[in-house]
Amino acid sequence: MTRNEILEILRDAFPGRHLEADPDNNDGIRIPPPDLPEVAAFLKTEPSLDFNYLFFITAVDRLKALEVIHHLYSMGKGHHVILKTSLDRENPALDSVTALWPAANWHEREVYDLFGVRFDGHPDLRRILLPEDWEGHPMLRDFTHPNLIRRPDSPAEGRSEEAPGRGNPAS
Amino acid sequence: MRTEEYTLNMGPQHPSTHGVLKLVLTLDGEVVREAVPHIGFLHRALEKIAENRTYLQFIPITDRFEYLSSMSNNLAYCLAVEKLAQIPVPPRAEYIRVLMAELNRLASHLMWFSSMLLDLGATTPFIYAFRERERIMDIFEMTCGARLTYNYIRFGGVSQDLPPGFLEKMRLFLSAMKKGLPEYHALVTENPIFLARTRGIGILNPDLAVACGVSGPSLRGSGIAFDIRKAEPYSVYPELSFNIPTGTDGDVHDRYLVRMKEMEESVKIIEQALDKVPEGRYRTTLPQRIKPPKGEVFSRIEAPRGDTGVFIVSDGSEKPWRLKFRAPSFSNLSVLPHLVRGGRISDIMACIGSLDIILPEVDR
Amino acid sequence: MEQYLKDIIFYRPLTAWLAGRGWQAWQPLLDFAYMILSAVIVLAFILLTALFLIWLERKVCGRIQRRLGPMLTGPRFLGRLCIWTGGLLQTTADTLKLLLKEDIIPTKADRRVFIIAPVVVFTACMMAFVVLPFGPGLIVKDLNIGVLYLMAVGTFSVIAIVMGGYASNNKYSLLGAMRSAAQIISYEVPLFFAFLGPVLAAGTLSMTGIVEAQIGLGWFLIPQFIGFLVYLIASTAEINRPPFDIPEAEQELVQGFNTEYSGMKFAMFFLAEFTNMFVAASIAVTLFMGGWTLPFGLDEKIVSFLNFPYAPQALGIVVFLLKVYLLILLFMWIRWTFPRLRPDQLMSFSWKVLLPFAFLNILIACSQVLWRLPAV
Repeated sequence: MTRNEILEILRDAFPGRHLEADPDNNDGIRIPPPDLPEVAAFLKTEPSLDFNYLFFITAVDRLKALEVIHHLYSMGKGHHVILKTSLDRENPALDSVTALWPAANWHEREVYDLFGVRFDGHPDLRRILLPEDWEGHPMLRDFTHPNLIRRPDSPAEGRSEEAPGRGNPAS
Repeated sequence: MRTEEYTLNMGPQHPSTHGVLKLVLTLDGEVVREAVPHIGFLHRALEKIAENRTYLQFIPITDRFEYLSSMSNNLAYCLAVEKLAQIPVPPRAEYIRVLMAELNRLASHLMWFSSMLLDLGATTPFIYAFRERERIMDIFEMTCGARLTYNYIRFGGVSQDLPPGFLEKMRLFLSAMKKGLPEYHALVTENPIFLARTRGIGILNPDLAVACGVSGPSLRGSGIAFDIRKAEPYSVYPELSFNIPTGTDGDVHDRYLVRMKEMEESVKIIEQALDKVPEGRYRTTLPQRIKPPKGEVFSRIEAPRGDTGVFIVSDGSEKPWRLKFRAPSFSNLSVLPHLVRGGRISDIMACIGSLDIILPEVDR
Repeated sequence: MEQYLKDIIFYRPLTAWLAGRGWQAWQPLLDFAYMILSAVIVLAFILLTALFLIWLERKVCGRIQRRLGPMLTGPRFLGRLCIWTGGLLQTTADTLKLLLKEDIIPTKADRRVFIIAPVVVFTACMMAFVVLPFGPGLIVKDLNIGVLYLMAVGTFSVIAIVMGGYASNNKYSLLGAMRSAAQIISYEVPLFFAFLGPVLAAGTLSMTGIVEAQIGLGWFLIPQFIGFLVYLIASTAEINRPPFDIPEAEQELVQGFNTEYSGMKFAMFFLAEFTNMFVAASIAVTLFMGGWTLPFGLDEKIVSFLNFPYAPQALGIVVFLLKVYLLILLFMWIRWTFPRLRPDQLMSFSWKVLLPFAFLNILIACSQVLWRLPAV
């Protein structure tokens, strides 16, 4: 099933929610943060979709917003979908999907650790890769640390400090 | 009689934890009530480093994500970038890549065999398996100059052509491997002590496995025949014929058998690939600093440990904006507490060995 | 053994000299000195054996694993022979290294117990050498309760291991010590029943008595083969050798009760393990394989062929050592082939499998007594 077909099914199931196809990614669907838990549950339980395998959860810092990415896969049907939610950078929070896929437990801890996204409803949200007393969230683009040495700016042609993709929250 | 539970720390420095893994165990005598893994001791911020390297500069770093299957990591990364930048790969290079990936799978499984049996107390199979692994290392050294971190696969092909004498050495190796595999079975598989240590231990429920994101031989040991080389084939795997071994019960013994059979399947694939390698270019010529167009891409391959995936967000410049490396051992390790609950301390070693995790990949 | 020492080394001249000086009262002291001398000779033998056995273990291990084993220390001028004899001084080098190591005692450890534990272990295995018959008359003291004495002394090592594990103040050591206590106590029961078989058949508890009984009746190995197997397995467990080395399971317990020991104390535990292996093999040879004797009366023929004083003793020693080293090689072979058992599996094996077979062996021994061939 392609992304557009999945999007159709989702739009039929959730009329009135603002779900759109992601222009940057062939498998991506943009979802507003409050709708994520219901859409995720639907994706898992709906027999024709049957997304039972969570491939990864990660985040991308788009400078204007923080985008959390859930990559789901269906072992039975063999299709992928990538859910994207844009969060506010000042206070990123999202509902946890650990109840649906226990694999999310560690992935969400990693996103919290490296990006600072709080997952509500997570059973044990604490740092996983960095020491417990570390301060800061290193993968953010504006992260600084006395030990972090930036290389002298090499002439990188065409490198913009503009983040790729649509960084605005979809609302 | 009053008994108490006590906490034992199987700390970062331990002979059997396959790296720096800390397990905090809550024990009732010898029975494990709870096992909490603590990871992150080997976190090297490789994903952050990726944001400051050009695409080509990052290839040696993909080797270090998981040094026992460097070729597979190289391959996953190169496939992703090739998908993004629409780089064609000549057929000879595709076959060479598959050859290298399967050799790497053999080397990784031989290493797994040695270390798992070492954890169970049998020191001899370790040396036996390394005999064959040394031959593989020699072949790799002949091809790309390195024994462990190869840095061989490039965008659009491989970095060097196969050296002269490669085919003969491969055939010698294959005959040695075919003699070696029955030896390992004779030494270990039917041994009653080994069976007592691995049958019925660490049973992984298939639904739990899928829900927890387990992949690779650990998943196939529980009976789910899912292999990316068959489900979403990449490179020239559709032209090669091989089977996917699965287990039935999901215990340690089944995972062991799955990996042993996978070694045999890899030998089959290598033989077919050796016969079919066409002549031609081994690499598409590309500029050193490639600038893929803006966009996002992910690639997914069957590494020896499971599903390795690379997700790249490109902003059109020569350095990726975000690179995410999905490591199979990360999800495989998260299922460990479920496996060892209710077992004994000795079973923990058997379970960790059978999951075949490697900590650099978990921590990145 | 004193008798032979007295014959060889100046006993009569010294006695005569004492009598000439009028110091007969010091005679018992002279006798005592000879007793000490025999003990010292055995002690020297023990230490040399331990050194040699460690080298042998590493060589055998290497060979089984298709590699050479220690090669660089020791005589290197022997050419191709070096493949077999390389690295002879390896253990000496290792012991020297261990002697020079810093002796670390953890701050919170129980100091006295920590220091005494390795001493006790080594003492226990040395005590067993008192009743081992190396040849006709070559036994430090032929106690007429030899086997009983061995049973008693064999249990000392448990105490020492528990002492070592407890005193280290380390959870891993304690686990190792507890496991070891459980294991050794479980395996003592089939072990002692295996001892009983030859004792019943020979009718005596004395070690020389059992060997001499086998001259007439033939080796106890044949009728009591089951007992021999039970003994081999139980003694492997008693001396903490793989596949029964749970107490020091390196992969699980980071060296078990040995974890906190370094330097010479660790060397003591290590040497004691190898010496125990020699003791276990010697007991097996004495009880089941005829001690220093050769079957079919070959002894007398060879002795009459050799025709020099003390020839029976020399032959006895050679035969005894050959047999013991054969068994030791068997122990080593088993070690490097099998993985390790889990503690609960180990103990259920002891109680549910070995013990019934040991009882069966007693039955066989009793029937051997009942239907004894009316010779000798």
